[in-house]
Amino acid sequence: MASHPATRTRRGPVAYLVRLLVIVYLFLLVAWPVYLVGKNTFADGMDNINGILEDPDIVHAISLTVQVAIIAVIINTLFGVGISLLLVRYDFRGKRLLSAMLDMPLSVSPIVVGLALVLVYGGRTGWFGPALEGMGFQVIFATPGIVLATVFVALPLVIREVVPVLEEVGEEQEQAARSLGANAWQTFRRITLPSIKWGVVYGVVLSLARSLGEFGAVKVVSGNVLGETRTATLVVEEKYLNFDKGGAYATAFLLALVAVACIIIVSVIRPKEDR
Amino acid sequence: MSIEIVNVSKRFGDFVALDNVNVSIPAGQLTALLGPSGGGKSTLLRIIAGLETADSGRIEIEGVDATKLSPQKRNVGFVFQHYAAFKHLSVARNVAFGLEIRKRPKDEIRERVHELLKLVHLAQFADRLPSQLSGGQRQRMALARALAVQPTVLLLDEPFGALDAKVRKELRDWLRRLHDEVHVTTVFVTHDQEEALEVADEIVVINEGRVEQIGSPDALYDTPANDFVMRFLGPVTELGDRLVRPHDLQLLTGGGESGAVPGRITRITRVGFEIRVVVAVRDQFVTVTLTRNEFLSLDLHVGSEVQVRVAPEVANSVGQSRVLGAV
Repeated sequence: MASHPATRTRRGPVAYLVRLLVIVYLFLLVAWPVYLVGKNTFADGMDNINGILEDPDIVHAISLTVQVAIIAVIINTLFGVGISLLLVRYDFRGKRLLSAMLDMPLSVSPIVVGLALVLVYGGRTGWFGPALEGMGFQVIFATPGIVLATVFVALPLVIREVVPVLEEVGEEQEQAARSLGANAWQTFRRITLPSIKWGVVYGVVLSLARSLGEFGAVKVVSGNVLGETRTATLVVEEKYLNFDKGGAYATAFLLALVAVACIIIVSVIRPKEDR
Repeated sequence: MSIEIVNVSKRFGDFVALDNVNVSIPAGQLTALLGPSGGGKSTLLRIIAGLETADSGRIEIEGVDATKLSPQKRNVGFVFQHYAAFKHLSVARNVAFGLEIRKRPKDEIRERVHELLKLVHLAQFADRLPSQLSGGQRQRMALARALAVQPTVLLLDEPFGALDAKVRKELRDWLRRLHDEVHVTTVFVTHDQEEALEVADEIVVINEGRVEQIGSPDALYDTPANDFVMRFLGPVTELGDRLVRPHDLQLLTGGGESGAVPGRITRITRVGFEIRVVVAVRDQFVTVTLTRNEFLSLDLHVGSEVQVRVAPEVANSVGQSRVLGAV
């Protein structure tokens, strides 16, 4: 919005004190620990990074994580935009309940999500799992389960970015398009989507970062089989517990790097007037 | 008749927005739906466009039953109060939208867009984004966009409501001239009686979900069907049990004319060329408006004793006398 009032520049000792407090807080909580991960990764030059990149099991884990994250982001984006349209543009019974349910993945611990998924899709004792397994489709302890868990934990991120944008844009442009002869798809494609574009992009980036980093739910459902269902985050834990700190830091560094890169890229390409 | 509205009703929960409305809107004319806010006029317009559906009743556009048609199939142009400009498209692309949807050849689109932008005086702004235009310019763009698809009817929902007074006045005159050029059947919603009286060929007065009166601006102003229409279309004052326009009253300084009532002036206000005189008549305060010349020739002051009467030509022209409360 172009109409935001210019931020007032405050001066005086209190203002500086508050700023200092915020900076120290963020430094101790975020910047310094993340910096140390990087520092430890490169303590012996490129040895740690080369070490993990030469290990085929770790390369497999990283590529599995990336694949799962991409699939989960695609699913969450399609579903998220659809649900957002439903929530903002339509009235129906149980809308508030649905909206509350969509926040659940953010409030429930991922490990609970993992256990819940096992209860439903578990191959031997799950509610739905044995039937699926009978059809030759294994969910738990396989890639589909990892995708499912990742989709679950990152579910609300696109929705929470897109809903406020849809609300702010309003319905009139869509109605104008309809009255000019556009059908539902043309209206969505030519009018709605361009106006919520940045909300979607931001949601995608947050989902991607979240999906790459998911640990708890994935640990329960993946089975953590080396070279098969072990993801990058599980590698970090495994290495750390086995006193291979260099490998753990290097993998963690790569994960953090991708997530931070996503956010930086978006904040750079995002047009100024949108924020 | 170009638009037939038959027995249309619409409720929002407990609120009755339209109560069994019947209106025939003539082809090729500029018709105003006039009434107070919340009276149902915008709802009626949106039902004609298909943006709302009526609970019951029928809509015909040019002889075609449109009741069940989606907005995209009705071939109406709709102009919104807040423009509804496509913010991410240039002015030219906004106007071209309906034609692109209809998959017209590129050359034809370019030509038609240019023609329309000239018509609404925006040719030099073709490549700008809507955010770079003023409110009045955006509304003209919205009009061009609606006209581009050659709609059977053009519907405007409080088109000048979001603009400041001066621009509103300009656009109002401009819309009238445009309509004289383009001749498309046009319906516009307004709560401003001056706007309706000045621009429209025909006015439909809507209040509390019902049609109060339909007629030409003259007919509505001179022979309102009831007190509501009379009060809504212009200033009124009460003399005895009669509702009259202040400018239809006369003040006499001489004595004892027939039909005149004695009173004393309590207040004189001058608003530009118009003088408002408040006269205490028995237990009433009657407002009379005079031109400056009339006022000067009568030599009136606060406290003067005067006679008030309805101007004879008015008393004769109104067929039946309207009595208060006879709505």
